[in-house]
Amino acid sequence: MSQPSPAREGVRTLVSVVVIAITVLPLAWMLSLSFKSGDDINNAQFLPKTWSLDNYRTVFRNDLFTDALRNSIGISLIATAIAVACATGTAYAIVRMEFPGKRLILLGALAIAMFPTIAVVGPLFDMWRTIGLFDTWIGLILPYLSFTMPLSIWTLTSFFKQIPWALEDAARIDGASAWQAFRYVIAPMAVPAVVTTAILVFFFAWNDFVFSVSLTSTNNSRTVPAALAFFTGASQFQQPTAAIAAASVVVSVPVIVLVLVFQKRIVAGITSGAVKE
Amino acid sequence: MSTASATRTAPRHRKPRKQLDHAQRMRRTGWLLSAPAVLIMLAVAIAPLVDAAWLSLFHKRLTTPDANSFAGLSNYWVVLKDPLWWTDVWTTLALTVLTVSVEFVIGFGLAQLMQRALYLRRTLRTIVLIPYGIVTVVSAYAWRYAFDPSTGFVNDWFGTDVAWFDHRWTALFVIALSEIWKTTPFMSLLLLGGLIQVSPDVHEAARVDGAGPWQRLTRVTLPIMKQAILVALLFRTMDAFRIFDSVFVMTGGANDTETVSFLAYRQLVSRTALGLGSAISVLLFACVLLIAFLFIKLFRTDVSKLGSPT
Repeated sequence: MSQPSPAREGVRTLVSVVVIAITVLPLAWMLSLSFKSGDDINNAQFLPKTWSLDNYRTVFRNDLFTDALRNSIGISLIATAIAVACATGTAYAIVRMEFPGKRLILLGALAIAMFPTIAVVGPLFDMWRTIGLFDTWIGLILPYLSFTMPLSIWTLTSFFKQIPWALEDAARIDGASAWQAFRYVIAPMAVPAVVTTAILVFFFAWNDFVFSVSLTSTNNSRTVPAALAFFTGASQFQQPTAAIAAASVVVSVPVIVLVLVFQKRIVAGITSGAVKE
Repeated sequence: MSTASATRTAPRHRKPRKQLDHAQRMRRTGWLLSAPAVLIMLAVAIAPLVDAAWLSLFHKRLTTPDANSFAGLSNYWVVLKDPLWWTDVWTTLALTVLTVSVEFVIGFGLAQLMQRALYLRRTLRTIVLIPYGIVTVVSAYAWRYAFDPSTGFVNDWFGTDVAWFDHRWTALFVIALSEIWKTTPFMSLLLLGGLIQVSPDVHEAARVDGAGPWQRLTRVTLPIMKQAILVALLFRTMDAFRIFDSVFVMTGGANDTETVSFLAYRQLVSRTALGLGSAISVLLFACVLLIAFLFIKLFRTDVSKLGSPT
């Protein structure tokens, strides 16, 4: 980054534009497809000739989709809340306390983060059927917890290490109570880390397909990604292409909003979980 | 940190007994705070894995509940003898090698761009995150419909007339494209994390010493980034090896595009052949372990520092 020549900068800007275009293309295509109706769907054109909201109406009138959307929101939020709460405790303990086994927890978590989720689906399928958790919210929340916990523990541990905990002592010396020191000094520094972790966990739960497709069988608990794979459209004779596109747009909106709002934090989260120090 | 907090409470009570109490209390609180997370991970990740290993030793199908007999290692034998398993292994390997290597090259370029671009840098960093967040099933549908000969625009744009999903390699090509689109951002962010550690001073010094751009890349930048590169490649490779969603949506495993995860799913859930399916799961797990082992050997990196915040 010595002397930035205008020619180089021009090339970089051009490449940036191309990258942005390629990144947006599949999403623009889904959006366009979701507004197509009738013959437009099969005309192999990128943009619709006439714009229609029919697909969105179809999708929101379909129980399969609305139930799945409710399941996705409920299950993902609950899993996120519990995972982040438990992981915060663990990460705090790992950073602030000396106890045997903390290294084992970190390594064990890393191992879990790496193993293929499909490997535990069989036994869970069997166990859930036996104890009645098959096709329930809890039946999905539990696996989500155990697979997001490693990520949360690692991300939070690495964030918490950067918090200048000595400030807590300083506040205590200045006469703050333990609670005040935590509330006014530590919490404001810890909250961004917790929010970041929550977003990453939410992405995992929102995105999961393996568990949802294997551990559910009805609208009771099937989440959107799995429901999309079983979508049949308004009638048996209709190709569900455009309806799937509309449903896809609907599930992508929350994610895109989260990305736009928390861009910096997500980057910090992804990199801190893996490559700090 | 911990020693500092130990000495913080210690000075007023110098008696060693108190010191011990404090250490004990800290240990107990530490365990207590970690317990919920550890218990959940043990119960819903470790226990099923052990269970899978156990189940793989039995002839067990849910459709025939009475026929649950000990099989020894015969399930493994059945799997390893079957050409289908090997086809699936090669498919998975081909997808993994193709996607991860392309992602590494593009991801590295993208990381450079995100670090150096003067204009559009912020937009770039934001936009690039979107594929990372998008549901894999959704992106798989987007690519499937784009390449579909009747609905898609791809044949129209490029003047081709290919039935992309009717042939093994064209189908795998589209699957790989969608994976690359989806996960390159993750790769590039991890690499950016490493790139930031390369200080401009070192680069400048190398330049003054007469190193050309290629030498600066291979002798300065890449060695400093080694750790970040290892983590990025390792994480992505393990992730790519368990590919499932895109295959499910795009081909359903037809035309020899089935991957190992998909085979496990088919045996476990569709056929409810728990014994055989578990054997496949265990083999898949072994493959992932092998990949991790090879990576660490290859890079000769201290495992204890691997991606570790400690």
